[in-house]
Amino acid sequence: MSDQSSYFVPASSRLPIWMAFGLMLFVLGAGYTINDLDKPDSNSYWILIAAFAVIFSVFFFWFGEVIKENDKGMYSDQLNRSFVMGMQWFIFSEVMFFFAFFLALGYVRIFAVPWLGGEGEKAISNMLWPGFEATWPVMQTPDPSLFQGPKENMNFPGFTNVGHWLPFWNTLCLITSSGTITIAEHALKKGNRSSFKFWMVMTLILGFTFVYLQGLEYYEAYDHMGLTLGAGIYGTTFFLLTGFHGFHVCMGAIILTIMTIRGFRGAFTKDDHFGLAAGSWYWHFVDVVWILLVLVVYVF
Amino acid sequence: MSAVIDSHSDDHHHGPAKGITRWLYTTNHKDIGTLYLWFSFLMLFLGGAMAMVIRAELFEPGSQIVSPEFYNQMLTNHGLIMVFGAVMPAFVGLANWIIPMQIGAPDMALPRMNNLSFWILPVAFGILISTFFMEGGGPNFGWTFYAPLSTAYAPPTVTFFIFAVHIMGASSIMGSINIITTILNMRAPGMTFMKMPLFTWTWLITAYLLIAVMPVLAGAVTMMLMDIHFGTSFFNAAGGGDPVLFQHIFWFFGHPEVYIMILPAFGIVSHIIETFSRKPIFGYTSMVYAIASIAILSFIVWAHHMFTVGMPIAGELFFMYTTMLIAIPTGVKVFNWLSTMFKGSISFETPMLFSIAFVALFTIGGLSGLMLAIAPADFQYHDTYFVVAHFHYVLVPGAIFGIIAGVYYWLPKWTGNMYDEVLGKTHFWMSFISVNITFFPMHFVGLAGMPRRIPDYALQFADFNMVISIGAFIFGLTQLLFLFIILKSIFAGKQATSEVWEGAKGLEWTVASPAPYHTFETPPEVK
Repeated sequence: MSDQSSYFVPASSRLPIWMAFGLMLFVLGAGYTINDLDKPDSNSYWILIAAFAVIFSVFFFWFGEVIKENDKGMYSDQLNRSFVMGMQWFIFSEVMFFFAFFLALGYVRIFAVPWLGGEGEKAISNMLWPGFEATWPVMQTPDPSLFQGPKENMNFPGFTNVGHWLPFWNTLCLITSSGTITIAEHALKKGNRSSFKFWMVMTLILGFTFVYLQGLEYYEAYDHMGLTLGAGIYGTTFFLLTGFHGFHVCMGAIILTIMTIRGFRGAFTKDDHFGLAAGSWYWHFVDVVWILLVLVVYVF
Repeated sequence: MSAVIDSHSDDHHHGPAKGITRWLYTTNHKDIGTLYLWFSFLMLFLGGAMAMVIRAELFEPGSQIVSPEFYNQMLTNHGLIMVFGAVMPAFVGLANWIIPMQIGAPDMALPRMNNLSFWILPVAFGILISTFFMEGGGPNFGWTFYAPLSTAYAPPTVTFFIFAVHIMGASSIMGSINIITTILNMRAPGMTFMKMPLFTWTWLITAYLLIAVMPVLAGAVTMMLMDIHFGTSFFNAAGGGDPVLFQHIFWFFGHPEVYIMILPAFGIVSHIIETFSRKPIFGYTSMVYAIASIAILSFIVWAHHMFTVGMPIAGELFFMYTTMLIAIPTGVKVFNWLSTMFKGSISFETPMLFSIAFVALFTIGGLSGLMLAIAPADFQYHDTYFVVAHFHYVLVPGAIFGIIAGVYYWLPKWTGNMYDEVLGKTHFWMSFISVNITFFPMHFVGLAGMPRRIPDYALQFADFNMVISIGAFIFGLTQLLFLFIILKSIFAGKQATSEVWEGAKGLEWTVASPAPYHTFETPPEVK
């Protein structure tokens, strides 16, 4: 409910229509690029590159304009609350996006794979591939001629071997980084800028280490373990869940990098640092998703 | 609170910019609402034209005018365009126009994002429609795009379809974030939750549903994309996946989606019935609780769309019972509408006629829904024209009559002129009669076993199908009259007062007609 003196409504803006144009290029570029994957001489990826150029430019100018307006003092507390709520509901939408993939994993693990293996009253689907044994992870797919199962999987190797298990180090990185960004925020709120900068840099180091280790894990999976996107349902769910999470970590890391640069250039005050706060919420969100993911993708 | 309207020049503080840039760059909720409404109207005619092709093909048994392949494309795009292009944007357009005025806000909470959520819709639909002219033709797998029809057996244009759905989803999510933030943050002082107008209430809950389920749809189409192009096996049992998984994910989105398309209509009809019965709405509190209950239940009923797919008996029973539970809050709403009219001094202007038709015909659709909810009976009805009859009864005389009623109700507020009441009533009676000629016989042919989505049918269904087609043609043509009535009201007609309707309640009726470009720059006090 409003109790504020003024609510800023921009009269008009060229930014949204440019963003719509960028998204149009994105749909066309992504569509043509993906459809042309088997044509090596196709150059449709240029549309995609142009799309990203437009989209990132619009982001740059859009956020730039918002920062300028905020610096001019045009935003009331009420408008700032709109930003807070907008970000919270956006994170909720992201939660629901991951929910779809967790739902898929749950369904195949609880129903689809056991049924294919002959369990339960729907065991009739076992007649399709009579020799199929339901295990999780699915190392031998129902039809190996179409989907060659992986040689090894990423599951928890037991406590004695945990030091060689990349997800353990990843978990450590990400949980610690959630802590360091909280310390950074508290330092900013206390006005201790050097401590704020230090802990932001620590957060970034941990975040990018996570991305590096995740890349290493994918390399191992493809190179040594035969674990690929085409390795049946285990590879499918493994890569899509960790992949989308990794993509969000990258997004979060980019956001936090920009916030750190802005911090170094003197942006943010004790009680006006919503950009940083929003980035930090996003970071906590990818952390929580990771914890769930470790439990259902790697451990159990 | 007062609003600061930023202007780059000094003189247009109170009016819109001139020319096309007004519409391209606008951040004004009324302009954006207008854009949404005209876009959805265009899509209504496009999706309607596709329905006409379908009905022309089904006019007589045998292959008539189009090939089965093209028929499949018509059927798929009729559904997609009506759901995502006509009904949803129409409600968002009404929300944009009406919610800030109903809650006494100067504009939407995030005006620039509001513009973006509209302008990516024409992009999405432009690309979707352009697939018709690409190699392989447009989407042809039904609006529910079940795997493997939409994966292994899809035309190559499915990639564009997938990305188009992604950005339609982005549009809906941004629009909903805006609406939810506006409602939670921008209400005038004194407007507590339980004083909020019902249209605003229904949209608050609808926006919540949209933010919850559109990302799930995005997940589903992403899985399709991966299965088609990157070798994954989400929906392929040969790799350990399951095509039924697609249906679960789709309907986890799809069922709340059904309520997304009807809840705002509940709000509109509630306003209209109280205005024209000259009585406050009966059971306001129970209305709010009923909407909330419907929204919560909508998340746990999805598998009633797939009773015949081979679920364990426990699943069949669970989804059957939860589905039947929905009849309770829906019954509360119907009861409240009837009670509002009871002993009211009713007058029958066009919006009221459409609203009464809504209550009656939506109830028919709801009751056939209860029949479909009974799992053993659904084994008979599944994928027949009975289902087509059911969901068209809730969507055409349900959602679309709700939208039409809302347009007639608020049109004088938008244009400043009354619409032509005689033409409006003609529009209503033509629509009411033809909609029933179109969809009621579908119950009969469906119960007799006519399958849906097939361009041909057995000879015993010929008579009813001809009747259905004639009804559909009349209904389609009648909507041209609607276009004419709207245009006439924009350019001519009796000057409307601020209140427009005798005794109309709500803040939107306190501002002039047509509503000034900026309303409530200083918020009203709500007592």
